[in-house]
Amino acid sequence: MADAIWVYAELNDERFTPTTLEMLTKAAEVGKAEAVLLGPAPGNAEQTLANYGASKIYRSADQVYRDYLTLPAAETVAGLIQQHNPAVMLFASSYTGRDIVANLSARLDCGAISDVGDFVLKDGSVEATIPALGASYQNTSTLVSQGTKLLLVRPKSFEPKVNEQPVSVEEIQAPSDIALQKVHMKERVVVKREGPQLDGAKTIISGGRGLKGEENFAMLKELADVLGGAVGATRAAVDAGWVPYAMQIGQTGKTVKPDLYFACGISGAVQHLSGMKTSKFIVSINKDAEAPIFQYSDFGVVGDVFKVVPQLVEEIKKRKGA
Amino acid sequence: MNVIVCGKVIPASSVTIEIDPNTKRMVRKGVTHELDPAAASAVEEGLRLTEKHGGTVVLITMGISDVTIGIRNALAMGATSAVHILDDAVAGSDTLGTAKLLAAAIKKQPFDLVICATESSDSYSGIVPGQIAHLLGVPPVTFAKEITIDGNNITIKRQSESGYDIVESTLPALVAVSSGINEPRYPQLKGIMAAKKKEIKVYTAADLGLATDQVGEKGAREKVLTIGRPPKRQAGKVITDEGEGGKQIADFLAEIKVI
Repeated sequence: MADAIWVYAELNDERFTPTTLEMLTKAAEVGKAEAVLLGPAPGNAEQTLANYGASKIYRSADQVYRDYLTLPAAETVAGLIQQHNPAVMLFASSYTGRDIVANLSARLDCGAISDVGDFVLKDGSVEATIPALGASYQNTSTLVSQGTKLLLVRPKSFEPKVNEQPVSVEEIQAPSDIALQKVHMKERVVVKREGPQLDGAKTIISGGRGLKGEENFAMLKELADVLGGAVGATRAAVDAGWVPYAMQIGQTGKTVKPDLYFACGISGAVQHLSGMKTSKFIVSINKDAEAPIFQYSDFGVVGDVFKVVPQLVEEIKKRKGA
Repeated sequence: MNVIVCGKVIPASSVTIEIDPNTKRMVRKGVTHELDPAAASAVEEGLRLTEKHGGTVVLITMGISDVTIGIRNALAMGATSAVHILDDAVAGSDTLGTAKLLAAAIKKQPFDLVICATESSDSYSGIVPGQIAHLLGVPPVTFAKEITIDGNNITIKRQSESGYDIVESTLPALVAVSSGINEPRYPQLKGIMAAKKKEIKVYTAADLGLATDQVGEKGAREKVLTIGRPPKRQAGKVITDEGEGGKQIADFLAEIKVI
């Protein structure tokens, strides 16, 4: 029998996160994909999971999972794991995913592997590839604990593919223990973002410390507008308060994989590279010829970003008009 | 309020990290260390909270003797005292082994609030805070970008995909702070002088009641199989702007059929 590979299904704004569908696709390729879906969800949620390869769904729509963070979900998943013992369980490297895995790995005394980019199963054990990050070394790791292997998967590691399976849904009980209701989700605040979103953008124009100030992001916006792209930023620009966190790309921000990525005034710190270096084409502009970003660029210009970008915008307009 | 900050001291950002091919671990001995900027933010948050509500801030860290410089830095910022888990037997600990050691060290003293960085700047696993919370039996309040304490209640703004969430819990709790929650203060001369007299307690795994097969490499659930430099992306063309840089980028964009 194929190994059961479980996926913790996560919703954001009533839609499954892209990583959920990416992980399901991979799970169905490696073994028998099954999903755990906790909390309120839209009516077509189960069908969506089946469309991406889930053949079984463990399901509770109880609101306790929405109203209280981590503890109820971890309690439920721990119980399911002990009962069914899947070979592997995949979680997205998201806020929720990391919290639940942290709890489960301590509770089940089994450990976990973070930042997984790919994995294979070999005789019941798992070999996970962790793409190079801070230290720019890539490694493969395994878990020597018995039982289910917990993996936190980086976004965009796999291509989501529709692969519809007949699905069975098993309703499960939510825990009612009040001790699990210690972390109360009081309110969700949506911070409005202007312009195209980074997720799914084909072209991204990012600015870093070299932009020198909030006002200069307008210049990047102009370039984004002529290319039909979205504007992103490094942690340095976000920490300086020039742009909101939602625009942050890199280790502690978003992971993006556009067709075209512009790095403007970005030196190429490993933390930033880890969030964008799998972009199809990278173009960079930096005044420092030694900046690491040039080693990752398909086309680099050593120069003043405040001269090169406006000239580029004019040039694109001219050529488009022609 | 008794605040405990778990923070890491890591090779300085100027150090080129090397890997020991035998242990498959980062070479830490003999390289310049510094308090992880993420840990400095956690210390800063502890200091701000105790300046407002009274109390003490104890830094707990784990590492080789080279990390003392970072501990002194936290003490110079204003931390009251420090605990250093220093033991060859803990080398090679995975996330869970690390969490077990830190949780055991935390339990040695009374605490109301444990503050951790969301993740260290050198290994990024991001799950140690949640593991510690479970081992201590306190609620995990994570990804905090703002913390408010009112009596026994803690409210945070928690980073979310679409903005932030307002999340409430009660003390004792563990809070993991996200990067950029604050701008850590620089130690002043007075603080640096005072830090020299502050206490650093040193514990081994045995002092913390942990057998050497529960922690360190022997106790690790996660084993590194291989480690190496990834295939480098083929670097492309780099030109120097001599007045036509923007136009040359436009040529490149035309070449890849973007315009």
